[in-house]
Amino acid sequence: MLIQEQSRTGRRATAQAPLHSPEVADIPEGLRRRARPALPEVSEMQAVRHYTRLSQQNFSIDTHFYPLGSCTMKYNPRACNSLAMLPGFLGRHPLAPETHGQGLLACLFDLQEILKAVTGMHAVSLAPSAGAQGEFAGVAMIRAYHRARGDHARTEILVPDAAHGTNPASAVMCGFKVREIPTGSDGDVDLDALRAAVGPQTAGIMLTNPSTVGVFDRNIQAIAQAVHAAGGLLYYDGANLNAILGQVRPGDMGFDVIHMNLHKTFSTPHGGGGPGAGPVGVSKRLEPYLPVPLVAHEDAGYLWLTESDRPESIGRLTAFGGNMGILLRAYIYARLIGREGMGRVAEFATLNANYLLARLQEAGFEAAYPERRASHEFIVTLKREAREFGVNTMDFAKRLLDYGYHAPTTYFPLLVPECLLIEPTETESKEDLDGFVAAMTAIRHEAQETPEQVKGAPHSLPVRRLDDVRAARQLDLAWTPGASEDAHG
Amino acid sequence: MSNLPADLKYTKTHEWVRDNGDGTVTVGITDHAQDALGDIVFVEVPENGRTVAAEEASAVVESVKAASDIYSPLAGEIVEGNAALADTPDAINTSPYEDGWIFRLTPADMGALAGLLDAAAYEQIVADES
Repeated sequence: MLIQEQSRTGRRATAQAPLHSPEVADIPEGLRRRARPALPEVSEMQAVRHYTRLSQQNFSIDTHFYPLGSCTMKYNPRACNSLAMLPGFLGRHPLAPETHGQGLLACLFDLQEILKAVTGMHAVSLAPSAGAQGEFAGVAMIRAYHRARGDHARTEILVPDAAHGTNPASAVMCGFKVREIPTGSDGDVDLDALRAAVGPQTAGIMLTNPSTVGVFDRNIQAIAQAVHAAGGLLYYDGANLNAILGQVRPGDMGFDVIHMNLHKTFSTPHGGGGPGAGPVGVSKRLEPYLPVPLVAHEDAGYLWLTESDRPESIGRLTAFGGNMGILLRAYIYARLIGREGMGRVAEFATLNANYLLARLQEAGFEAAYPERRASHEFIVTLKREAREFGVNTMDFAKRLLDYGYHAPTTYFPLLVPECLLIEPTETESKEDLDGFVAAMTAIRHEAQETPEQVKGAPHSLPVRRLDDVRAARQLDLAWTPGASEDAHG
Repeated sequence: MSNLPADLKYTKTHEWVRDNGDGTVTVGITDHAQDALGDIVFVEVPENGRTVAAEEASAVVESVKAASDIYSPLAGEIVEGNAALADTPDAINTSPYEDGWIFRLTPADMGALAGLLDAAAYEQIVADES
């Protein structure tokens, strides 16, 4: 039920209302609202109960196992939140002089240094305010690099077909043509196809390693060599950085530019399209093009580097210095777990994934790449279940909700039919992983015996199966005052 | 097995091609492809007069599962996109070989049509995939 539907004319929470209406005499007549806004008129208790009820209907990592993993967002430790909310951080005005924000600048500088160390890159900018913007910044730097050398023939970006959809989109936004490189049946990039595709037109390649099919590309050195020999640059999509954190560094693999999704790897919040952060790291030759502002440390203290210090910068991507609240949470997370903790993140993330993969295989589920060890995530294909029982991946996903498990990523990557991309992350216990295997096994049994029970799922949630076809064909995104509003004035 | 008319040509990327006998061909996606994609909710057809290369991404089909490029099986010039799909994208699900056609084009070389797959060869590809 929408809160608007509880609205009754004149009902208010008097205790919360201001005693006097504020004067608005300085707002020009033509800019003033003529009709009252269509806000719900409810009592305080109605508002409290409405939003509390909604929060109880949330299926969240605080209440349920959430095998979307870092692909969406890891668990956010509470300490990061409370420390980032210290009044000194919250109350700082973005236009305050550097001398009044040395503490914040010190945190940001340290975060730059930590990200440099853990990725093996030469320099880092925290400016991009989301992963996709980080990608855009990364590709824009590749473009700036080639242009500065007068190399205008490089018009193509190579993207493996297993890539995230944002990769080709970012390349196109920067004016490049995208050439797709196929993936071999073992999950690695098809090296022969790559070698045939590189040339003087190659600006670079965008790679995710481990890739979206959940395996570490064993040919990364040969890939780097082929692209570099042709004069192209290597772009690292940091989406799966969690798998190798503190163990292997993109800079050592030969990457020239990387973006990091802090919500994926460094436990920052990322909900409802809220603020994000997508810092970029670069090798030495790309450093002049980093987006500004950057934080520098000199004898006199910490200071911002801006356009006048970095004339070749691709420029600004956001007002002020980026999403401070998010950057701070990532900084605190990094300091909480420390250097050893970073390595343990990758160890436990991959251990959990491989344990879960092995248990699911034992239970009879088919791995998409059975001969490969999983990284921090792996793919199970339910094509056999779909063929034999007529119960598809979406049915399994919906039925998992009834069992108290959030569904893993479904139908991605596109090159594996009827797939579930499963990522437990490092924070899950063995008991939780075993529970998930038991639920999957039970659902497969139901698919065999009582398929309608699976196809009709979920049965136990406040909302049943949504008609996503109708929702996509008949978009209905905003509440508008309707008949009920008229009836109540 | 899904419906595969014997008078059409096919591609390994799941498009079908019909020779209209007037120097143009019609292109759509196969019954197998629509079944794999699920309910289609949006289709972007190419503009009239656009020149496309063989295997160039020329249209987009979006289902509840995924957005997929549709590749032109032949090089040529687009004559017409199926405007009706804007309102009834589900025609691709219900009638993939008739109402659900996606675009017509005039091939630069009609002879290239013979190089595409016949129904039996396409059926084999689908069987190997599953």
